[in-house]
Parts: sequence; C-alpha cells; structure tokens
Amino acid sequence: MLAMLSDQPLLAALTALLGLGATFGALLGFAAIRFRVEGNPISEQINALLPQTQCGQCGYPGCRPYSEAIADGDSINKCPPGGEETIQALADLLDVEPQPLDAEHGVEKEPVVAWIREDECIGCTKCIQACPVDAILGAAKVMHTVIADECTGCDLCIEPCPVDCIDLIPRKEGISFWHWSLPEDRASRYDVIATDAATRDAA
Amino acid sequence: MRTIHDIHGGIHPPERKALSRPGDLQNAPIPPVLVLPVRQHLGVPALPIVAVGDTVLGGQVLAEAQGVMSVPVHAPSSGTVVAIESRPIAHASGLADQCIVIQTDGEDHWLAFEGVTSWRERDPATLVERIREAGIAGLGGAGFPTAVKLSPGPTRPIETLLVNGTECEPYITADDTLMQCRADELVEGAHILAHILSADSILIGIEDNKPDAIARVQAAISRAGVDVELATFPTKYPSGGEKQIIEILTGQQVPSGGIPADIGIVCVNPGTAVATQQAIVDGKPLTHRIVTLTGEALAAPQNVTACLGTPITQLLEHAELSVDGQQRIIHGGPMMGFAVSDLNAPITKITNCLLAPTATELPLPDPAQPCIRCGHCAEACPASLLPQQLYWYARAKDQEQLAEHRLFDCIECGACAYVCPSQIPLVQYYRAAKGQIRDSEQEKRRSDNSRERFEARQARLEAETAAREAKRAARKAAAQSQAAENGSDPIQEAIERAKARKAEQEANP
Ligand code: SF4
Ligand code: SF4
Ligand code: SF4
Ligand code: SF4
Repeated sequence: MLAMLSDQPLLAALTALLGLGATFGALLGFAAIRFRVEGNPISEQINALLPQTQCGQCGYPGCRPYSEAIADGDSINKCPPGGEETIQALADLLDVEPQPLDAEHGVEKEPVVAWIREDECIGCTKCIQACPVDAILGAAKVMHTVIADECTGCDLCIEPCPVDCIDLIPRKEGISFWHWSLPEDRASRYDVIATDAATRDAA
Repeated sequence: MRTIHDIHGGIHPPERKALSRPGDLQNAPIPPVLVLPVRQHLGVPALPIVAVGDTVLGGQVLAEAQGVMSVPVHAPSSGTVVAIESRPIAHASGLADQCIVIQTDGEDHWLAFEGVTSWRERDPATLVERIREAGIAGLGGAGFPTAVKLSPGPTRPIETLLVNGTECEPYITADDTLMQCRADELVEGAHILAHILSADSILIGIEDNKPDAIARVQAAISRAGVDVELATFPTKYPSGGEKQIIEILTGQQVPSGGIPADIGIVCVNPGTAVATQQAIVDGKPLTHRIVTLTGEALAAPQNVTACLGTPITQLLEHAELSVDGQQRIIHGGPMMGFAVSDLNAPITKITNCLLAPTATELPLPDPAQPCIRCGHCAEACPASLLPQQLYWYARAKDQEQLAEHRLFDCIECGACAYVCPSQIPLVQYYRAAKGQIRDSEQEKRRSDNSRERFEARQARLEAETAAREAKRAARKAAAQSQAAENGSDPIQEAIERAKARKAEQEANP
C-alpha cells in the first residue's frame, strides 16, 4: 500500500486529502454534539443586549420574554429604557436596519432609581410584590426601603403604593457620573493643550 | 552609572518654568474662609464628622475616610464650621460637590501632634495606617490614595521605590521648588516608603532642566549618609508619566493594563514622599501643599505653600492677577490641565499649579480642521499608540476597535494634540471615549446583575407555585391512602352520607 502510494503522487495527495477531510468532519460532528448550546442561542444573545430594567413597557412581562419575541420576529424598537443604543446593538446583532424607537411604548429617559419616603411608608408590602428584581427590603407593617444598587428604575412599584410614598430620582447625578463628552457634542470648549503660536513657532 | 533609555515620541514645548522662580517658596496668607471638598482624591468621598457651628483646630479631622479607596480631610487652620454644602469645586465638569466651609479665626491654633522618629522599628502596617489617617493622596495630580499604593499585596514584591521628580509639564515648578526647599524631608520620606514596601532600592529621578533641585537632593542624600540613587535624564515631555519614567530609568515596560507594582516598582511624587515624612515623623496630617502660581497675567508669579481649601481667587489676588476679564484660569498645566469655570472653587490635594495666561500667551485654539493623515500624532505619542485611528474610532464610538488600539494605555498627555497641524482636540475625544466605555461597562454590570436577580425571582416564584401544587397533591394523596387503609373511600362515603340525608328529608318532609 505504502509502496503504491509513493509510486503514485496523485493518489497519495488524494488519499491525504480524503483522510484529513474525514478526520475533521468527525471532529466537527463531535464538537457539534458535545458543545451544543442549550435553548435558543439567538434569544439569549438578544437578552444579553436588553437593559434588564424588567419594566414591561415593551408589552412583555420582562426582558427575556421580549427577547424571545424578537427571536420569533417581533420588531426591535419597543424597549424605551434601552433606547437608540440598544436598537442599534440589536440591529447589528440581527443584521437588520435600525428603526427609531416606537413612541407607543414610551420615550427614552435618564436612568432613575426608586426612593421610598420612609416616614410615610405604612409597611403594606405591596411594592415588594411588584418589584421584579427583589430590590425592596421590608416586612409587614414596618417601613420599607429600596436597595438603590439593585433597583432598575422600572416604575412598577409606584402604582401599587397606596400612600404614594415612592419617588423616582435620577440615578446618575453628580460629579462621580460625569465624564467628558465628544468635542462635537459640547457647547463650549475648554481646550488647553499647547502654548501660544509665537513660542510654538520658536520651538 | 545607570543607563538612560529613550521613550517613543515626546515633544519639546517651551518650558516657561523660570517665570514662577522655582526654589523661592512663600507662605500664602490664611484666607478668611476655607472651602474643603470631601473628595479631593480618587475614590469614595470622605464623610463629614463635624457639624455647622463646631469650632475646629488646625489638623482636626473634618471628614472621615469611607472604606479603603478613601482618605480623610483635616482642617488647615482653626475656626468655625459655617456650612456643609454643595459648592463649586475645581473640576473639568464645572459641577459642584459637597464641601465643609470653615470661617478661620486668624489665630491658627493647632492640635498637638505626636510623631515617631524611630519608624525603622515600626511595623509597616501601622505606618500605612498613619499615612491613611493623615489623609495623604498622590500629590502629583491623580490623587490616588497613598495607603492603597503602599499595599500592593503579597503577590507583587516591590524591589524599587521610585520618586518621580520629572515635572515635565511646562510652567509648573511646584515639585522643583519642593525638592529644593524640602530635600531632607524628601529623602527621609522616601526611606519611610521603602521601609513600608520592603523595597531594596530607592531611586529618585529628576529631569536635567532642574539643576538646583538635583544639587540640593544630592546634598541631602550625602547629609543623610544613606543609599539612595539619584538619576537625571534629558528633558522631554511627557517623561513624567509613570510608565514613561519607569521605561526611561529601567528600560522595562509596565504591561498594558497593569500597574508599576507588577514589575516590582512603586512610583510616587516627591510631594507625597514629603507628606509621608511629615505624617510619620511629625505626626502631621496633610493640610497644605505647594502650588505654582504662574502665567503672564500675574504680576507676581511664585510658588506658595497654601492651605488646602483656599479659594483660587485669593491665590490669584495674592499673585497680583491683572484682570482683563478675557483670560482663562487653568487648573494644572497647559497640556493636561482644564479651565476653571468658577474662581471661588478651592485648591485641593491635587492642585499643583494655577496658570493665568494672557489671551496672547495661550490663545484659544482655532476651530479644528479635518485630519490630513499626516501621522505626526503617532510620531509624538509616548505610549506608541495610533492617535489618528483612536480619533476616528472615538468619533464612530467603536468601543471594540478602541480597545483593540489600546485606548486605555493613553495617558492623556496631549502630545498628539500639540503636534496636530489640524488643531484637532484629540485628547478630548479620548477622554470622552474612555468615559463612555467605563459607563457602558458599569451599565453592563448593572444589567447582568438585574438579569440574575430577575431570574432568581422568577425561579423562586415558580418554586413557590410548584410547592403549593405539591402540597395540594400531597393532601389528596394522603386522603386517598387513608381511605385505602380504612378500607373505605371517603368520596364514596360522602356520597352515601348525602344520599342518606336526602332520603331522610324525603321521608320526613
Ligand atoms: S421595555 Fe422594559 S421589560 Fe421590555 S425589554 Fe425593555 S427594559 Fe426589558
Ligand atoms: S424598587 Fe421599584 S422601581 Fe426599583 S426595580 Fe423595584 S419595582 Fe422597579
Ligand atoms: S496629527 Fe492631526 S492631522 Fe495629522 S494624522 Fe494626526 S490627527 Fe490627523
Ligand atoms: S494623549 Fe494619548 S494618544 Fe495622544 S500622545 Fe498622549 S498618550 Fe498618545
């Protein structure tokens, strides 16, 4: 066999190619079974891009259901908390044209967190039941409080509160959240770099 | 003799350092009102522990550190706390932040301090604690809490303590002045830091445009009779970047995304070394710093030791600012600084320079022109980046490509913007892009967390429903098995009972 192969280079090349093809084919087949992704990977990927505010403004009871709906062909512009950025990311992922946010579902707003005016809270636990991310702490008849780091600002606790003691306050205010904006997005320019033209010429 | 290595790129802008007469140090007057921001460092703001109406002494703690990435704030003179409120601070955003306001009484009474001269016998951990309590944050400009820097962890053994006396930015002479006037403290401070880090060697690096500082530090080293190496190297901007000076003096590169401690080096500003010496040997907290007041709009440019919290306008007045209403006042230097929007803002631990140029000295830049792809920016970049590409990707908000092109290795030195013939404010693009990326990362962490919590809750609700179902099923099963045991069927019995009742009713209407 070996002798025959070395005599016939064309046959040798063909055998080698076929052999390689078979090996890699088997490998790929094995990998496809061994490393198969559970569930529907596209809806997982979509869910990873959604903001997870879990507010239901999209018309679905949370981000995951909406991600599944998008995977099944629903339009990508129904999530106001995600806004244009999320629509763009979804359009890139699904390779479709981005559309403007569907105003029917709401408008893009600055991120907020819920704040309970604790001395007015009667401890009814209604907000705890409404909160999709368990961000409210409290027990029956004692005052409740919101864990600001966990609150998504979904708005769902506002309506159930019988004494209206929950406010939504801006989440990203103050100096720690500030960062420079692109020069073209900025009204005034404070560029300082470099010294004057005269000395610069001299340098 | 140490081999001096060259770094990529760099520029030679006019130095303008003589203007502020380095080496001549004056005390700035104590202002009638001190405004002390609770955040003068990088990290978590300190928490005020005084109340309005309290009288305080110099050196007294006004606000306590909140956790590790935080440092306390002390009173720089005696007086009364008159407000704890949001005030304008010197920040590129022009935003206000919480400040403790003290009306000084002019007496300048101080707490008594207790230092330790025998620091060599002290345990490093206690010394680090003292440094933290003294409120020391990097005085070079970033304000990184020094105690954190001094705790690199057991996985990063430190060989060298490097004192960065480069001060490469034009105009600024605060470190130069400090090295000239506080050379002995500097050398001892460096020793304390090396002792804390168990570093084998101490290296002080000074650019060769500061001959007086070099001579004085050399003399101080001889006086102390200790083993400290003083290295000088050619002047070039920005040799003072932490990664840059390390490469110049050791030839080693700090890995991208890493810190100097990864290669066994801790790098501090000379001001930080002096503040350490004062904190340990004198027991004195950080309440003052040296500030360069310079620029042609000042009739008396100089270096002063000023109370932290002194309003900028007071210092400019002290240096005889001739107001024409036109000029910008710059916090920091002409390359990396920013224009201050409210001159009532105070100086802080990170204020090394206040620059008051005339409008001809530092004119507003002309509007940016399109990039002509000349490549000058890449030649100038000390971090060997491709500034032009970074600029395009920053405009396109392409975070992937920005990461690919190592945006976070950019030290925001402005060398690229300085050489750009189109006057494109390149650094502003990089700062904005970095901010956006940090923002999205934070949002990503938040949303991942929310997803987990949402799903945990869904699972819990499902489990609760399932548990209820299971209970119902269990009750049913129990009833049935009981029936089987008694040899009778409860349902059948109930039907029988009902039938009997009905029959009874029919029998006696
Ligand atoms: S609208 Fe609310 S629930 Fe729907 S995807 Fe957006 S954040 Fe999630
Ligand atoms: S606290 Fe209120 S606003 Fe915040 S996540 Fe819970 S329900 Fe939504
Ligand atoms: S220096 Fe300016 S014009 Fe030249 S390539 Fe860089 S960004 Fe473009
Ligand atoms: S600002 Fe950044 S990109 Fe520009 S020269 Fe400096 S390090 Fe390089």
